[in-house]
Amino acid sequence: MRFVVLLHQDEQVWRDASPTQREEYYRRHDAFAQVTSRTGCTILAGEALAGVETATTVRRRGEQVSVTEGPFAETAEQLGGFYLVEAPHLDAVIEASRELPEYTVEIRPAIDVA
Amino acid sequence: MTTPPSGPHEASAQDDPLARAWREHWGRTVALLLGQFARPDLVEDAVAEAFASAAQRWPQDGVPDSPGAWLLTAARRRVVDRLRAEAVHRRKEPLMVVDARTRAAASASATDPSTGPAEDEHLLDERLRLIFTCCHPALSAEARVALTLRFVIGLDVPEIARLMLVRPTTMAARITRAKKRLTASGIPFDVPPAGRLDERLDVVATVLYLVFTAGYHPQPGDEPLRGDLGDEAIRLARVLDSLLPGHGVVRALLALMLLQHSRRDARLDPDGHLVLLHDQDRSRWRRTEIEEALPLLRGLPRTTGQAEAYRLQALVAAEHATAPAAASTRWDVIAGHYAELEDLTGSPVVRLARAVAVAELDGPDAALALLEGLETRLPDHHRLEAVRAELAWQAGRPQEAAAGFLRALALVPGGPEHEHLTERLAALRTEALTPEAEAG
Repeated sequence: MRFVVLLHQDEQVWRDASPTQREEYYRRHDAFAQVTSRTGCTILAGEALAGVETATTVRRRGEQVSVTEGPFAETAEQLGGFYLVEAPHLDAVIEASRELPEYTVEIRPAIDVA
Repeated sequence: MTTPPSGPHEASAQDDPLARAWREHWGRTVALLLGQFARPDLVEDAVAEAFASAAQRWPQDGVPDSPGAWLLTAARRRVVDRLRAEAVHRRKEPLMVVDARTRAAASASATDPSTGPAEDEHLLDERLRLIFTCCHPALSAEARVALTLRFVIGLDVPEIARLMLVRPTTMAARITRAKKRLTASGIPFDVPPAGRLDERLDVVATVLYLVFTAGYHPQPGDEPLRGDLGDEAIRLARVLDSLLPGHGVVRALLALMLLQHSRRDARLDPDGHLVLLHDQDRSRWRRTEIEEALPLLRGLPRTTGQAEAYRLQALVAAEHATAPAAASTRWDVIAGHYAELEDLTGSPVVRLARAVAVAELDGPDAALALLEGLETRLPDHHRLEAVRAELAWQAGRPQEAAAGFLRALALVPGGPEHEHLTERLAALRTEALTPEAEAG
C-alpha cells in the first residue's frame, strides 16, 4: 500500500529553533528513513514545504476561479511537509513515524483511481 | 416460528450444542475467514448466516460430528458465492492487509478444517490476530468494543446496541464504519511485534474490561444483567494469558475480573433488585473463582501504568472477597489501595470510591471532605450524588440526604439503580418521620 504521511506543526516552532534543535530535526528525519527501510517500507517521495505565507489557494466553483493568498484553512498547526511511503501496512508507517520530530502526523492510504 | 438466535447465550441450557458452537467457533470462524479472504464485511454476514442455518438444520438433521468444520464450510461457501457475484459485476472491493503466510495458512485450514475441540497452534494464532486487530489503537475506543463484541464474541447488533446503551441503528452504522476502516486504513490482520506487545496489550485489556463491565451495566426496563458476558471476557483473558504468558496487565485483569465475577449470584435479589456489596450473601460468592484469583494476584509485583491500575483494583476486590463478613472488612487497607490508585490515575471516580472506604474508616464527614468540589470533575454523575446522600444520612442530616437522592434520581433514567435509589429515599423519609430516629 502507498501511504501519504502529512506532517503538521506550528511554524513558529521551526522558526524559533536553534541550530542544535534543527540538527535534532534532521537526525530524526534520518531515523524515520532508517526505520522505514528496516520495516519493509520504501520512501517514494518527500518534501519540506515553504511556510504558509507563501501558499496560494485556487478555488474553482463552476466557471468561477478565484486565486487568493494564503492556505486553504487557517489553523494553529500547518502542513509543513509530507512523505509518500510504500509500506506493507499501517503499523509499519506508525512505527517509522514515532521517530519524527514533535509533529502531528496524519497518515492516509493512497487509493488507486481506475 | 422461532426467532433466530442472536448470540452465544440465547440458549437456556449450558450444553445446548448451538450455544456451545457459538462460544467455541464464532471467533475462530471469523478469524480464519478474515485470514483467508481479508473481507470483514463479507465474513461477518457469512458467519452470521452459517449460524442461522445451523439453528434451522441441526434440530432437524442432528448436530454434525464436527460442528466447527460444518460452520466453517457453510460460512466459507457463502463468502465464495458473494465473491463470485462481485466478479460477475466486475466490482473490485478493497481488501484488508493480510500477509501471504497468514493467508496461505488460513486457506489450508479452511479447505481442510481440522476436527475436534483441540485448537491447533495456528488456530490460536488466528484468534490472537483477530483480537489485536479489533483492538487496534487506530480504531476509536467505541469501535474497538463494538468490533470485539461482534467479531470475537459474536453478539448481534441489537444486543451490542443494548449493552452500549445506544440505538440499534446507531450501533449498526458504527460497526459498518468500523469494518470500512478495518479494510481501508491499512490496519494489518496481525499480532504486534514483540517490542510493541505491552502497549498493545494495554489496549486489548481495556477493551476486555469494558466488555466485562458492559455485562453488569444496569439495563433499562426489565432486561437482566449479562453476567455471561463476564464469562466471555474472562475466557478471552485466559486465552491471552496462555498464549502470551508473563504479561502483568493480562494477569492483573484476569484476577480482577474473576474476583468481581465471583459475586455475580449475590448481586441481585430474587426480585431482580440490586444488592449492595455490604448486604450481599457472601456464601453465594463463588469460592473457586476467588481461590483462582488470589494466587494470581499474589504473584504480581508492584508495577506501573495500566497493569498497576488493574492490580490495585484487584487488591481491593480481594479484600472484599476474603473478608468473612462485611463488618470485618479491612477498610484501612482498601482506602490505602484507593489512595495509590488515585495517585496513579488521577481519576475522580477513584476519589469517589476512596471516599466510600474512608467513610467506613473515619466516618461520613471525613469522606464528604474528600468529595468537596468533585462535582466539577464529575458533572451530572448520579453515583456522586447518591454517595453524598448516603453520607449525609449517616451524619444525621436527613434533609441534605433527601435532596441528594432526588438529584441522583433525576440523573438515572430507570433500571435497578433507579429502583434502589427510590427505595433508599423512601427508607430515609420513613426514618426521618419516626421519633426515635429524630432523637438520635
